[in-house]
Amino acid sequence: MTIDLKTVKHISKLSRISIDDNKAKKLSDDLNSIFKFIEKLEELNTEKIEPLTSIAETNLKLRKDEIKSKNIREDILKNSPEDNKDFFVVPKVVE
Amino acid sequence: MSNIIDLKLFELVEKIKKKEISSTEVTKAFIDRSQKSKKLNSYITENFENALQKAKQFDEKPDFNKKLPGIPLAVKDLFCTKNIRTTAGSKILENFIPTYESTVTQNILNEGGIIIGKLNCDEFAMGSSNETSFFGNVQNPISENLVPGGSSGGSSSALAAKLTPATIGTDTGGSIRQPASFTGTVGLKPTYGSCSRYGIVAFASSLDQAGPMTQNVKDCALMLEVISSYDNKDSTSVDFKRGQYLKDLNENIKGKKIGIPKEYRVDGMPKEIEELWKKGMKIIEDNGGEIIEINLPNTNYALPTYYIVAPAEASSNLARYDGVKYGFRSKGENLIDMYEKTRSEGFGDEVKRRIMIGTYVLSSGYYDAYYLKAQKVRRLIKNDFDEAYKKVDAILTPSTPSSAFKIGEKTNDPVSMYLNDIFTVPINLAGLPAISIPAGHDKSGYPLGLQVIGKAFDEQNILNIAYSIEKNINFKNNINDWWIN
Repeated sequence: MTIDLKTVKHISKLSRISIDDNKAKKLSDDLNSIFKFIEKLEELNTEKIEPLTSIAETNLKLRKDEIKSKNIREDILKNSPEDNKDFFVVPKVVE
Repeated sequence: MSNIIDLKLFELVEKIKKKEISSTEVTKAFIDRSQKSKKLNSYITENFENALQKAKQFDEKPDFNKKLPGIPLAVKDLFCTKNIRTTAGSKILENFIPTYESTVTQNILNEGGIIIGKLNCDEFAMGSSNETSFFGNVQNPISENLVPGGSSGGSSSALAAKLTPATIGTDTGGSIRQPASFTGTVGLKPTYGSCSRYGIVAFASSLDQAGPMTQNVKDCALMLEVISSYDNKDSTSVDFKRGQYLKDLNENIKGKKIGIPKEYRVDGMPKEIEELWKKGMKIIEDNGGEIIEINLPNTNYALPTYYIVAPAEASSNLARYDGVKYGFRSKGENLIDMYEKTRSEGFGDEVKRRIMIGTYVLSSGYYDAYYLKAQKVRRLIKNDFDEAYKKVDAILTPSTPSSAFKIGEKTNDPVSMYLNDIFTVPINLAGLPAISIPAGHDKSGYPLGLQVIGKAFDEQNILNIAYSIEKNINFKNNINDWWIN
């Protein structure tokens, strides 16, 4: 299977990463060589194999749902590129 | 007395405890050398003044019961450090100052350690040569214009150059062991679940592990003891009884069964590596261990599996960098435009490439063919190890298929770069512990490493085997301080 320019544009949209046309060509070449390498897996028959999602195949521990950190608004906003002391500020979404 | 920077970590600890030297003297010595070593570009952020203050405080009120009493350490810039900038080697986090501490660095602080700086790494730990860092290449102290390995390249460089007595890195597919091998140092990736991932900038969550990088095996045991802990802030942290790795370190490997996987004899592997491997086997036999041929039949499928699983998890983890909550933001005409420009300008090429691979293999219509398939093959790879461990106690392999390469040599061909991790990646997929120790040199004089792979949570065993090999191999790093004017 080949990843053409149209597919690259589609993935870039899904990834929320804008790609200009010059870079798209190089990216398509890179992705094709990587996928050629990845597709080696097709040689294997895995029909009856259970997928391994995580090495830690244990049940997650439950804990009480209680508040551990309080009054951390300042901390949370500290690294934001733009805020008004109470909220994150983003470009206008609703007209 | 010999130079402070030439002392091993455990020697520094002993001397501080005996009050032969102070934390301030030690901290100053490593900072002085770090300041003379800017050419290596090992550091992203220096914390020198603050560290000297901390050292002074320690000397005024010392606590000699700590495992790292007043010991200065620089750490990979992937660990969030409270009030110290943490970049993950990325432009998108160029100005990020965490308001909390990662559990692993907190463990270091709790044991009396002092953070002197944050070390360079591949962007979001994606790379095998430290060439994807937004903050530039790192030099290998072994020779000019040689990569220090990656992604923990700043760590391996700073450690080999003696800018820090020990360090910590993270390892998703070999990022501790490969740079250790390239710089003649020791690096251990613990069992998945040993060291908390809390506060480590996430790359691929089912594979990431923090681990020690040190000058020798004894230091490694000490550092592992400090950083390994159960942590309820990491849902995959495993609550098992951790060993006293340093106290229980011994070189007795009598009766140990060591597996040699024939699938690791790859085409084109330099003769020196083959010889090194044989040397390792001979040491094991001479010391009463038994060498047993084993099969890991799915080894060849590990890298393709990794290059589906890791990017898939990365694409999901890195979705958080949206220019809203923290990090770099670019201007956009609207919200979506802002997202797209922020991520396009904020991430480097390798990171973008991996996000896109990951997005693709998780996208509708391709999920089963790629991601689910890879997870199934991951099971087969883990089963290979389970089978092997019915017959052996540990496995011995080379750490890398070659020695360190030149800066720029592999940057244009992602697949040839990925092949660097052929011996390390299967271990992450199976969640096992493995240690790389320096064991020899190639014809250019560049270091080569051997890897000892253990059963899950059997860190003590691989430390002991590594300790025995280390004692018998007498490795010496040839470093001539070429970067100091």
